[in-house]
Amino acid sequence: MPDNSAIVYDAQESASAANNANGANSAHLEHPSYLRHHFNSAEQQADTSNFAMWLFLLTEVMFFGGLFTAYLIYRNWYYPAFVAGSHQLNVIWGTLNTVVLIASSFTMAMGVWCAETRRRRGLILCLSLTFILGLCFLGIKTIEYHEKWEKHHVPGVHYSLQSFVDPDSDAAARAAGDKPLPLDMARHTEIYFSLYFAMTGMHALHMIIGIGILGFMIYRARAGAYTSGHVTFVENFGLYWHFVDIVWIYLFALLYLISRHQ
Amino acid sequence: MSEQTKHAEHEHHIVGPGVYVAILLALLLGTGLTVWASFLELGPWNPIIALAIATAKATLVVLFFMHVKYSTKLTKLTVVAGIFTFLILVSMTLADYISRAWGSW
Amino acid sequence: MNNNNNTIVDLPDQATARIPQPNFMSKENGLLSWLLTGDHKRIAILYLISITFFFFIGGALAGLIRLELLTPQADLMATDTYNKVFTMHGIIMIFLFLVPSVPATLGNFLIPMMIGAKDLALPKVNLLSWYLYMAGGILALYAMMTGGVDTGWTFTTPLSTHYVNTNVITTGFAIFVAGFSSIFTGLNFIVTIHKMRAPGMTWFRLPLFVWAHYAASILMVLGTPVLAIAIVLVMLERAFGIGVFDPAKGGDPLLFQHLFWFYSHPAVYIMILPGMGVINEVISTFSRKRVFGYTAVAFSSVAIAVFGFFVWAHHMFIMGISNYAVLVFSLLTMLVAVPSAIKIFNWTFTLYKGSITFETPMLYAFGFMGLFTIGGMTGVFLGASGTDIHLTETYFIVAHFHFVMVGGMLMAFLAGIHFWWPKITGRMYPEKISQLAAVVTFIGFNLTFFPQFILGVLGMPRRYASYPPEFQVLNVFSTAGATILGVGYLLPVLYLIWSLKYGAIAGNNPWQATGLEWQTQSPPLTENFAVMPVMDHEAYDYEWLESQKAKEVASAG
Repeated sequence: MPDNSAIVYDAQESASAANNANGANSAHLEHPSYLRHHFNSAEQQADTSNFAMWLFLLTEVMFFGGLFTAYLIYRNWYYPAFVAGSHQLNVIWGTLNTVVLIASSFTMAMGVWCAETRRRRGLILCLSLTFILGLCFLGIKTIEYHEKWEKHHVPGVHYSLQSFVDPDSDAAARAAGDKPLPLDMARHTEIYFSLYFAMTGMHALHMIIGIGILGFMIYRARAGAYTSGHVTFVENFGLYWHFVDIVWIYLFALLYLISRHQ
Repeated sequence: MSEQTKHAEHEHHIVGPGVYVAILLALLLGTGLTVWASFLELGPWNPIIALAIATAKATLVVLFFMHVKYSTKLTKLTVVAGIFTFLILVSMTLADYISRAWGSW
Repeated sequence: MNNNNNTIVDLPDQATARIPQPNFMSKENGLLSWLLTGDHKRIAILYLISITFFFFIGGALAGLIRLELLTPQADLMATDTYNKVFTMHGIIMIFLFLVPSVPATLGNFLIPMMIGAKDLALPKVNLLSWYLYMAGGILALYAMMTGGVDTGWTFTTPLSTHYVNTNVITTGFAIFVAGFSSIFTGLNFIVTIHKMRAPGMTWFRLPLFVWAHYAASILMVLGTPVLAIAIVLVMLERAFGIGVFDPAKGGDPLLFQHLFWFYSHPAVYIMILPGMGVINEVISTFSRKRVFGYTAVAFSSVAIAVFGFFVWAHHMFIMGISNYAVLVFSLLTMLVAVPSAIKIFNWTFTLYKGSITFETPMLYAFGFMGLFTIGGMTGVFLGASGTDIHLTETYFIVAHFHFVMVGGMLMAFLAGIHFWWPKITGRMYPEKISQLAAVVTFIGFNLTFFPQFILGVLGMPRRYASYPPEFQVLNVFSTAGATILGVGYLLPVLYLIWSLKYGAIAGNNPWQATGLEWQTQSPPLTENFAVMPVMDHEAYDYEWLESQKAKEVASAG
């Protein structure tokens, strides 16, 4: 009655107990300390958590997707307002931030490579660089947000249409050669900035969470947690970090680069 | 030692720094390109080019930084499923807006 | 041994039977061992207790609605209060009961067992799901008690963003949090079904219950985040006046509805697919026949999930979308009805020439088939845009969704609870009273909701505390039915709790069902199986089951 091909779950435990005398190494291979009990092998566990992270990224795609949908609709409805709003963003800061994030994706990918090839110090270096670049990004974003606040371009009770009905009073609008907008179109710039803050704000929130986890990983990496064969955490975090980079690639193109050619 | 590296590699080979550097350069190039293109007067092609370059950059990140090129079919299918659903959301919502008093605001 | 022709129940000898030890319930004791558990079965029970709690709150609110509607005037409560009552009824019943009902209780408990795994892929995420659910639920109750929300569960803008001064942000945030519970459950299921199947358990040997949950999980993972962003935008609009849904600033209120219904239509499939999964198992077991057209049922589940994403604007036909959009979405809605109907045909053909018995789960399953068919067909009436213009926002809609959700989904949930109760607890519930409860529920349901179809066609609008006096008779019938329905739902709680101490010992497989979960002890071990199962037979293979019993008898003899 019992199926001959049935595998006893505890095989790994009993094997490692039996092999303890022969060599902790082979026992460790069969049942590494990080293997959770409901998995049959480290490979299954790594595979599973990788797939799980991808599914989580799908939810993030749909989450940001709603914002992108709103953006596409309103950009086509209120194009002149979006152009004027976009001209209020500093393309140099935006480009710099894009370069910073792309570089941080590179350092993160290199970090994964270091983990996979068991380079502990390389991993710590790469994670630290990613961390610093992430902070740079947030720093630049803070400068930009502050500037928006100063110019009363934050949606809400203090929002000001000054720069749009009278572009000559505004340095950025003057530099872009903006014409004055009719009043109702000028009001629609508030939607542009709502989406700007919602989208970049949501993105920045994801960056903050990522930087927090990076801090944790640097601390653990120093103890050698990711350079002894168990790279899953670093790999999966890398996926998250790259995703956040991809969101920014689109945000940059859509928010900063609307018609700079006046 | 070979067993341990095999474990570390799973099914795919480890992507090396050379590939990453190449992708980094390509992404930086794309960034410069898209900024430059935004200063040209190309009419309706401006947003199309900007999105095309952004999509090309995103594709490179997905394929190489995120290892999808070396991943299982399941991973690839998952990525496609996500993109597909996002496109459904955008396109079918836009279909309503396009067919409804487009541009008369 | 069972010699009775009227039932397939096969219990062990009660004089010598004992609840097997150890089992997952007795393995560890103490509150913390439950609150910090990773065991999918314990988490399922945590969910069961909590959703039952929220169900009865939602049910009490329903009682208040029906009481108010006994008379044509708004005389029981102020109209604003009535608005709050039906809003909270909808929110609690949909987000805190129906969405998690089968997946979080039966799905959590059974999926690892059905595929031959020790647990779900991500046990800690599973526990997190439950805590997120509780947090969202408690926050929703708090919002209700401190002023409530009166926008309807659909939060339509600009009413919810600009015109009410109730707890929209709090309730919205509660749903946001509960939504992540759903997302993580779905994510866990997809990963588990892909990666943790036992050797030999190919996709087409899976019980159809698993296929149904797989399809529902795709919807949970891809659809819920869009609801999340819609809620975030409503909260930002209310708090900061960002203008995204405000016509005065150029925003479009309809955009909210697009984002909201992009989730909320797939949500109805999230709710019904797991119920259909239960029905597969019950109908097969109580006809002693494999499900007719396994592949068709499996693929139609996935088809419902995919097509379910293409039809959301049929909730918006009268809201101001373009005629072109109305046409396209109406057409697609006709298409999405097809996979659902396919299942009804498959179940009918499963019953045909089957060896049918009428235990309680089967009674609920029959109720499901009839009531879901009616509900589904009326959905087609609503999907046709011409008729929808007259029927939408009337009681026809209310009747339609209660037929599919209560006559359908809730009956399926009860079928499932009764079917797997012996597996979960090791005890049988008392058969006669449970059959009575099923019949009472069926009668009460029809009396409550069938008059509402008529009311809708006659023109009675929904979400109003008062109505023209000529509608009173039908409303009185409806309220009378609701009272009977309440009794029908109360009875199971009472006798199921009774059965925990006094029910007959069930043994491994009281229903003589196929499926890996029935081949092990009741209640199961914490690790589900002492020996990892190897799947060497097809799903619903009753011949395999016979040969297993023959081997047991041979080896015992």
